[in-house]
Amino acid sequence: MKVRFHDVSMHFGAIEVLEAINLDVTEGELVCILGPSGCGKSTLLNIAGGFLEPSAGEVTIDGQRVSGPDRRRIFVFQERGVFPWLTVEGNIGFGLFDLSDAERRARIAHYVALVGLKGFERSYPRELSGGMKQRVEVARALAVNPDVLYLDEPFGALDSITRLQMRSELLRIWEAEKKTILFVTHDIEESVQLADRVVVLSARPGRVRRIVEIDIAHPRDLSSPRYLALRDEIFGEIGLAHKI
Amino acid sequence: MSKLLPFTGIALALAAWHFAAAAHPASLLPGPLMVARAIGELASRGLLLKYVVASLFRVTWGYLGALLLAVPAGMALGLSRRGEMALNPLLQLLRPISPLAWIPVAILWFGVGDLSAVFLIFIASFLPLTLATMKAVHDIDPVHLSAARNFDLPPHRLLRQVLLPAILPQLLVGMRITVGIAWLVVVAAEMIAVNSGLGFLIIDARNAGNRYDLVIAGMVLIGLIGVALDLLVRRAEQRIAA
Repeated sequence: MKVRFHDVSMHFGAIEVLEAINLDVTEGELVCILGPSGCGKSTLLNIAGGFLEPSAGEVTIDGQRVSGPDRRRIFVFQERGVFPWLTVEGNIGFGLFDLSDAERRARIAHYVALVGLKGFERSYPRELSGGMKQRVEVARALAVNPDVLYLDEPFGALDSITRLQMRSELLRIWEAEKKTILFVTHDIEESVQLADRVVVLSARPGRVRRIVEIDIAHPRDLSSPRYLALRDEIFGEIGLAHKI
Repeated sequence: MSKLLPFTGIALALAAWHFAAAAHPASLLPGPLMVARAIGELASRGLLLKYVVASLFRVTWGYLGALLLAVPAGMALGLSRRGEMALNPLLQLLRPISPLAWIPVAILWFGVGDLSAVFLIFIASFLPLTLATMKAVHDIDPVHLSAARNFDLPPHRLLRQVLLPAILPQLLVGMRITVGIAWLVVVAAEMIAVNSGLGFLIIDARNAGNRYDLVIAGMVLIGLIGVALDLLVRRAEQRIAA
């Protein structure tokens, strides 16, 4: 078991945010944590990342208790996580300070190519689109070769077309790099498109309502009956009729 | 045409000043031509350069000394909640005290001379620079600090690659405002604590024979150099921000 949440609860003062979360994530799995706004899913991810200490319970990775942030597990924020004062190269190489110059350059070049930013190495984030900034952040995370990636609504600020492209790029990268990924989203379609399993959280205090296995091979056909059935199942689980 | 527009106000004021002074010769106020002649006189006696350099010298050392101490102090307070809780009330208490109120203390400690004036500039610059740095640290996007923690950056890299570049834009604004304050204070300090500089020129010209043409010459020079200092720091600001 790669990442294990064991009875994780969290309260801020009198407000219960998470209640006894139990979840096991296997190595190389892509798990989406889905829930309505304010259900504590970001808090859960921050606990896994070591940025927050849970009020009760613990998260273990490879059997070791998480006690703080660690460069083997990188957190990807929305695109505002890139450093505006560093170029694309500088951002991607940010965590590579302990490598030799040659290794560092090679690693940067590899990840610049992987996320499709060739030609933009010397650009500053303000010269890039939202989607490109998000790629920079993903590349910065991958460059230090972590074994877990935490993505907190990474595509939430992008337009819907870019968001679709970024999803398929993430899947391509995931298949190339074989990382364990925990992906927080409030977008049902997104979770069904990406995940091996979707963990559906309840409204606050967040509890695991259900875990839905998405048994469709990639690339997924978004109009296949199985896709639609799983999607509607989750819509139902969250208590939304799929009608407007 | 639009290149001349910024000078319109100045030209109008000069004209009004000229005619007002000419219409009331009995008043002691000299017209702009007399003031220009006074500046020429200062230049020919070698005092123009000497006084300007003296004033700039004091501002430079007082200001740089303050900057050197205020940036680390402001960063430490900005990063440490406890430090801020312990020291911020003291800073707030010192803030409303005009730097000029320190003049007697400066003379007591450093006597009449350059050191007193430099000390006063230091006092005037240190607080605003410390507070500006502290505020800039508070305004760092927490996401950037989290990312730095996540990558396990060693402290010197955290400082160089995250903290300093993150606070720089706001710090530069604080630095520009503070240069203005330092320049205001040097003139006052020189009226009391030293025997050279533009502030001394003003007070000395009045005391030694009511030479109001020299008084106003001193004021004009202070204005011109103040504008030049501001432009200089603005230029640096733009270069760094680009």
